Amino acid sequence: MAKVAPPEELAKVDHTPPKKGWMDMPVELKEGRWCYGSKPKDHEVLGLPNPRSWSPGDEDWKLPENWQEIFLEGMRERLDKFRSFRLFMDICVRCGACADKCHFFIGSGDPKNMPVLRAELLRSIYRGEFTTAGKILGKLAGGRKLTYDVFKDLFYYFFQCTECRRCSLFCPYGIDTAEVTMIGRELLNLLGCNIDWIAGPVANCYRTGNHLGIQPHAYHSMVEFFCEEIEEITGILPEPSLNRKGAEILFITPSGDIFADPGTFTAMGYLMLFHYLEGLGLDITWSTYASEGGNFGSFTSHEMMKRLNSKMYAEAKRLGVKYIIGGECGHMWRVCNQYMDTMTGPADFLEVPKSPITGTVFENAKSHKMIHICEFTADLIKHGKLNLDLSRNDQYKLTFHDSCNPARGMGFFEEPRYVIQNVANNFNEMPIDTIREQTFCCGSGSGLNTDEFMDMRMRGAFPRANALQYVHDKHDVNAMACICAIDRATLTTLCEYWVPEVEVIGIHELVGNALILEGEKKRTMNLRAEEFPWVEEEEVEEAAAEVILEAAEEGVEEAAAEVADEEAAGEAEGEE
Amino acid sequence: MGIWVSFFAVIALVVIPLVGAQGGGQYFFGIFIPYVAVLTFIIGFIYRVVQWAKTPVPFKIPTTGGQMKSFSWIKPNPIDNPSSTGGVIVRMALEVFAFRSLFRNTRIELRDGPKLDYGSNKWLWVAALAFHYAFLVVFIRHFRLFMEPVPFFVGALESVDGFVEVGLPRLMISGVVLLLAALYLFLRRVAVPQLRYISLAADYFPLFLIIGLATSGILMRYFIRVDITSVKELVIGLVSFHPTIPKGIGVIFYIHLFLLSVLIAYFPFSKLMHAGGVFFSPTRNMPNDNRARRHINPWNYPVKVHTYAEYEDDFREKMIEVGLPVEKE
Repeated sequence: MAKVAPPEELAKVDHTPPKKGWMDMPVELKEGRWCYGSKPKDHEVLGLPNPRSWSPGDEDWKLPENWQEIFLEGMRERLDKFRSFRLFMDICVRCGACADKCHFFIGSGDPKNMPVLRAELLRSIYRGEFTTAGKILGKLAGGRKLTYDVFKDLFYYFFQCTECRRCSLFCPYGIDTAEVTMIGRELLNLLGCNIDWIAGPVANCYRTGNHLGIQPHAYHSMVEFFCEEIEEITGILPEPSLNRKGAEILFITPSGDIFADPGTFTAMGYLMLFHYLEGLGLDITWSTYASEGGNFGSFTSHEMMKRLNSKMYAEAKRLGVKYIIGGECGHMWRVCNQYMDTMTGPADFLEVPKSPITGTVFENAKSHKMIHICEFTADLIKHGKLNLDLSRNDQYKLTFHDSCNPARGMGFFEEPRYVIQNVANNFNEMPIDTIREQTFCCGSGSGLNTDEFMDMRMRGAFPRANALQYVHDKHDVNAMACICAIDRATLTTLCEYWVPEVEVIGIHELVGNALILEGEKKRTMNLRAEEFPWVEEEEVEEAAAEVILEAAEEGVEEAAAEVADEEAAGEAEGEE
Repeated sequence: MGIWVSFFAVIALVVIPLVGAQGGGQYFFGIFIPYVAVLTFIIGFIYRVVQWAKTPVPFKIPTTGGQMKSFSWIKPNPIDNPSSTGGVIVRMALEVFAFRSLFRNTRIELRDGPKLDYGSNKWLWVAALAFHYAFLVVFIRHFRLFMEPVPFFVGALESVDGFVEVGLPRLMISGVVLLLAALYLFLRRVAVPQLRYISLAADYFPLFLIIGLATSGILMRYFIRVDITSVKELVIGLVSFHPTIPKGIGVIFYIHLFLLSVLIAYFPFSKLMHAGGVFFSPTRNMPNDNRARRHINPWNYPVKVHTYAEYEDDFREKMIEVGLPVEKE
């Protein structure tokens, strides 16, 4: 981890703004609050503009000569293409309702992290360059010109927004900072100013099918490895298929779940569930080409979002499946729910999703033809199709973190909770102001989950961590469940820093723990290959039971011998 | 700086008719300016709304504030996460008439521990509602001046508005509420450090203008009386396109009218357009039915993708090695 002050120091946040007005504040890139610049090789793979070595920390960002012209022309184009953008530039009244809703403002106190000011950074350019009043009156009308420093400020603060949309919930006009940030980042990208942690995964995903750059053979062996782990734990070896034509369903999940703990345990949970259902008629395949559910393209531009997302339907078509099931992932589901059908549809070559096990038809996905794995599993549980042993999750005292995107870009609240409460016994909610539609970001979403950004990440994580601390103290919560691959990585860091006693766990890891596979051996370990805490006790008890049993058996033998003796004696007597 | 510039701008807007609305100047302030203002408002408002309306909505991006519609056994929240046009209408109605989103407002408090608390914070919501509804009532009451005979609802509204039955002429609560709410909205901008930090001249100016407007109206009604019959004659003249300037209307009326004229002329070019804009907000006025009904992006265009064939070309050997199926051996 990069240098970050200890939690008690970080939490001393002053929310009072400085004396000097924000338009007059010089640009200052603070350590731990900006991400490294994108690399030229990734620009070349993707055909992104202005490939060069650069760092946001440099004085000179090596922008093209006519950078202002490019930026403003890009802005004009987007004002004409997105009603959201034009409207959100026009109607903010600066009421301030959004100010203390942003996790980055709460954790940093930096006034430009108030959503209103983050958007004002761009709005001031809009007024100064595009409106008559702003052009004439300048600062008096809230307008300013696009200078080099202003541009740097835009970069700094648009990569300090996780596009979580919490502010948009509280805005009386529904102004969505995520929309402003998304378009702001598009504009920065026109000049080649992206961050390495986004451009790298995007280039990987474009070429290899996933953000982490896992090539097909490696993906294959990773899945194989999970299956062996499952065999170790359960005695059952699942045999999943990859890139199989003619399967009924295509399964797509974020590659983070294949690559790193604790996401890998969630991937094992999927494999176990699919194996369990095979006997009941599930016919599903994974893909190495569409091996990424997430979409870092969406953190770059709408066009890049589409370039990566296109693989999902393309692969579904190539394999000839009927529909798609998507794994546990946050921004993946924002893209899948709100963009995919519009961008890359219509999916008229697919069929309305229908569970092969329960017969449930997913009418809510009848056009998009893709369902969330938690929807699928919740339906299975509701129909009593899963044989579950809840006690195998008894070591966990759970709470649930609503990931921003399924929360405010979908409204996916009950399904995951239903699954959790049917596979585990101990569940407590965090305070109401911090869950469901009001949920707080992990502090690292939208491609900001990188090490050099750690100071800001831990600041942004503060509100979530504080709510977690509350249930940890009150209910002894020791595990936070989530349905997002980025969360599984970033919340782990959050917990290590703020609430070290808590683990992070995917919902299908919990499902995998509870699921009783046919013919499995007696389970002594969870999916993390950690022995259940009660196993030792049980072993002692079992040993004791054996002693008793042996003693009893001996007793029976003795009694039998006595009976035999007596009978023999009787017989002898009778004979007499 | 924004405060003082706005303050003195409004003072100037009071002084201009105070000095100018004499003799022939009354025609300028009583006829010319109101016509120009109304014309500016109408053209400007329509221009802005048409500009929004003709800008495409490429994606369906509602902010979902409740459970989506899914299984029959899961209760959806049809208002905060509407799945149908009906739900959207209710959501929008609550937003426009009851400021639903503002009602959610909370305030954080950071205590030692560290501990974050989320307090209920409804003052902005209360003040905003009071401000807008009082303005509406005041506006409707002014119909008494535009119309002959006076419509029945104006009388009915007045009897409710004047229910406290004090003063002569009877005190209308709406005017007082409007003034107090506007003062509150101003004071919070000055008193709350973050708000002061984000406030621009464009935030203070309309507030001062409205405070001036309400003050001049109250002065005119209760303290510096003007001949109401002449005022009505002037206003009826304006709305019937037979403008006249009756003699003997006090200058306070011209100040009031001028402030109003400036407000409505300023309206289309300012943040006040939130009044029209809220109806266009794609995070509020669209249903969350993306997966069931495909939304069309009028400018959707083909993009460069990395096809499966290209992918297989890159990795064919390795795929064959581990037994992954390939299209071309």
